[in-house]
Parts: sequence; structure tokens; C-alpha cells
Amino acid sequence: MTDDIQELIDRLPALGDAVLVTLEMTLGGALLAIVIAVVLGFGSRTQSLWVRGPSRVIVEFFRGTSLVVQLFWLFYVLPVFGFKMEALAVAIVALGLNYGAYASEVVRGSIASVPQGQWEAATALNMTWFHKVRRVIFPQAWALMIPMLANLLIQLVKGSALAYYITLQDVNFWTVELRRATADTFFSYTAGLIVYFIIAYLLTWGMNILEERAKRRLGRGTRPTLRETFSLKPPTNPRLANTQMPAGGGAA
Amino acid sequence: MTNTSGDVPAIEFRDVTKRFGDNVVLDGLNFSVPQGQRITLIGPSGSGKTTILRLLMTLEELSGGLILIDGDPYTHEYKGEKWVAVPEKRRRVVRNRVGMVFQQFNLFPNMTVLENIIESPVHVLGKSKAEAIADAERLLEKVGMSEKRDFNTNQLSGGQQQRVAIARALAMDPEILLLDEVTSALDPEIVADVLDVLREIAETTDITMLLVTHEMQFAREVSDRVLMFDKGQIVEEADPETMFTNPSHERTKEFLKAVLGG
Repeated sequence: MTDDIQELIDRLPALGDAVLVTLEMTLGGALLAIVIAVVLGFGSRTQSLWVRGPSRVIVEFFRGTSLVVQLFWLFYVLPVFGFKMEALAVAIVALGLNYGAYASEVVRGSIASVPQGQWEAATALNMTWFHKVRRVIFPQAWALMIPMLANLLIQLVKGSALAYYITLQDVNFWTVELRRATADTFFSYTAGLIVYFIIAYLLTWGMNILEERAKRRLGRGTRPTLRETFSLKPPTNPRLANTQMPAGGGAA
Repeated sequence: MTNTSGDVPAIEFRDVTKRFGDNVVLDGLNFSVPQGQRITLIGPSGSGKTTILRLLMTLEELSGGLILIDGDPYTHEYKGEKWVAVPEKRRRVVRNRVGMVFQQFNLFPNMTVLENIIESPVHVLGKSKAEAIADAERLLEKVGMSEKRDFNTNQLSGGQQQRVAIARALAMDPEILLLDEVTSALDPEIVADVLDVLREIAETTDITMLLVTHEMQFAREVSDRVLMFDKGQIVEEADPETMFTNPSHERTKEFLKAVLGG
């Protein structure tokens, strides 16, 4: 066991590199996924069949095929057609497309649950479509979609472990290398579990902060911000005063 | 662009038809509203009153006919013999003259009261932020909501939300204001507050108003003309005094008897 721990300590610098690769895939994949999700999510809501059709096809295709096969296909088959990408780029594209397809359903559903009256009020104020989406609809939908996107982000982190099969030296690779060196399967894979757990946990924590922020913008927040918590001044924002309105309202 | 001179009506419906699937809501409707007039639309539910307001706000598309605002084509126009939709770019220019207040208020919950009011004056009309805020404060004062300026909308009661919604519509300086059952979602004791605000606007501005309401007393006070609708047609048209005390059409008598409980 002490040998194992010594080996692990020796490999900590390599772990740093491995975590970096995993994080690069995760953040790159997540960024691409959210762009794809928003485009496809809105695309599948439009009236035009020319936009909606392809959107649906892309979503169904990437949801319906295995991530490993997509990775292999992009990495080994695409070069046959003359498109050669680095392993990291392949991983980001595959993760982005795959999870973007799932997330587009989340985006679509969240947009659909913003009341129709919000669109109508925005029309009555003569906003353009883009203005409505950016300032009125998306901020409300965003608060609804974050918890579900957080789930997908965690799945994406774990999905990124497959990139080991296309030669990426990520956390999974590091775990396998550790096992090779120590010949201790239990020790190595437990270490791997813990590393993935910590990454996922930190990401969940980050997403919780985003969610809280989005909810507070809608006046539904429950906790003050860090800055407000540590501030010496009493909260001046009426949002935090939590005043109960009398049912009658009356003239202010 | 705006033609407010002489006798060009603020609103003109020409042969307006609206169908939802097989259901014909409006069938070849013609009517016009002179500048500055206050018109109340009454009639049983499903008679097409709300559809008229929604068509005027371009929340629904016409199935046939034309709507003109100050004589300008708004939703559709004839190019030669062809009936075509007015492009969104030109439609937006005309839409700037029309404002609407909704039954369900529809304030934006991701913005404070003030942000709700200044959003479009700044980003659509291109006012400076300082000017928009000054206008918003004046309007909040007018609707009695100055103290709630920085509140989130869900901290307000229904009546307060509706008064903010009225201020928000007025901040766009509309020539035409559409009021769609604006007190129907409110508790009875708050209705009077909102009606007071509207009464003041009616008295102090020359905005053309089209209202759909079940508040017959209020309609009687503020409107110049009342239109009775049934099955997508105007069955009677009169000044409020005549309409409410001495209606001539059988359908109007039945309807008023039902709503006034008389």
C-alpha cells in the first residue's frame, strides 16, 4: 500500500496534466454543446420546415447513436475523406454534438414553458425577435434549464473518459497508467473514481451558483450573493428585504 | 409617416376576416375609429372582441382584408391585385404607434419595475437611458407606483402589476392604446384603483383607446362610442348613453340584461 501511495505521489504532476485534458474536453464540449443546443432548440421551434426539419434530423441522429462510435468515426473514418483533426478537437466535437443534441431538447422545453404572454407583451413593446429572445425569453428559460443542463454537464464529464480510446491522455488514461505501475486494480480505479467525483462535484457547485444567480434575477432567489453575505452594509436592495405585500395592494 | 391631420381615421378595418381553422371569428368586418376616440367593444365571449385587439397588436395574422393605422398599411396591402403581408420592417414603424395592456399584465419577471418600463423606450425608440428613466418616473408617479420603482415584479400585487403594465405601455408614447379586459384578473376591491388610473389617462391625454371590458359603468363614463359584437359582426353601434339605457337590437338587450343583471 505504501508503495502504491508513493507511486501516486510521483504521478501527481501527470494527474495535473490529465485533469487539464479532461477539463479542456469538458469545457470545450460544453461550450460547443450549448451553442448547438440553443441553435437547434430554437430551430426546432420555428414555423419554417426548412429550419425545423434539419434541426430535428440532427438532434435525432446524435441522440440516437453511440458516443464511442461517433468518436471512432470522427477519429478514424473522417481522415479517410481528408478531414484530419487532433484527438482533442475530435473529442470536443463529438461531445459537443452528442450532448448538444440532448441539451437542445432541454432548451426547447424551457423556451416552451415561458408563458406565451411574455412573447406577446414583447411584441406589444415592438421588440424584434432577437431582442425578445435575448432580453425577455432566454433569461427566463435559462433559470429553468440550468438544473437539467447541470445533469448533462456531469454526464459529459463522465462521457469524456471515452476519449482515452482515441489516444487522449486524460484522467481515465492516468488511472490506467497508475494501475499498470502499481498492479493494484482496486487502488488505481478507486483513485480514478475519486478524481472524477471531485471534478463532477466542483462543476455541480459551479452550476448551482449559476442557477441561484439566474433565479435571483427573476426575484425568486433564496440566498444572498457572496458579496452580499460578506458585506457590512445592510441589504438596501428591496429584493432582499422580502417584504410581504398585503393582499389588497392599495395605492402606494 | 404619421398622418394625423383631417379625417384620416386612427384605425380602419376593411373587410377583415379572421379564421382559426374552420372557425370564422370575424367575417368581412368594416369599422373605423377617428383620432382620439374611445371605443368600448362589448358582446358575449367568442364574439370576436379580443381578436380585434389581438389583430391590431399583430399577435394574430389576418385571414383576409386590411387594417390601416392613420391611413398607413399595417398588416397587409394590395400590390396590384395581390393581397400581401406588409414586411416586418415597415410593420414595426407603424406598430410603434400602438400599445397594449393585457388581462394577465405580462410584466417581465427578469426585470425590475423600472427596467420593465424603460426597456423598449431605450432599445426600440432609442431614447437615452436618462431620458427614459425620467419619463418612467413621471409615469410611475401618475399610476401611483413611484415607491416600487426598484422592486421585482413578483413582489407586487395584481393591481400594482397592472398599473406598472399601464405605465409600461404609455412609456412608448402610443397614439392608440388597446386595453384587453385589464381588470378581469383582479380582485374586485382593486379594480377601482386601476380604473381610476385609466380614467385619468382618458381625461388628460388624447390617446385613441379601444377597450374590451366587462366594467359597464366604466365603459359608460369614458367611451365616446360603444360597439356591440355578436358572432364577429357589429350588431349595434351607439353612444354609451343610448347603448346602455335604450339599446335597439334584440341581441344587445339580451346581452346587457345578462351582464347587468337587470
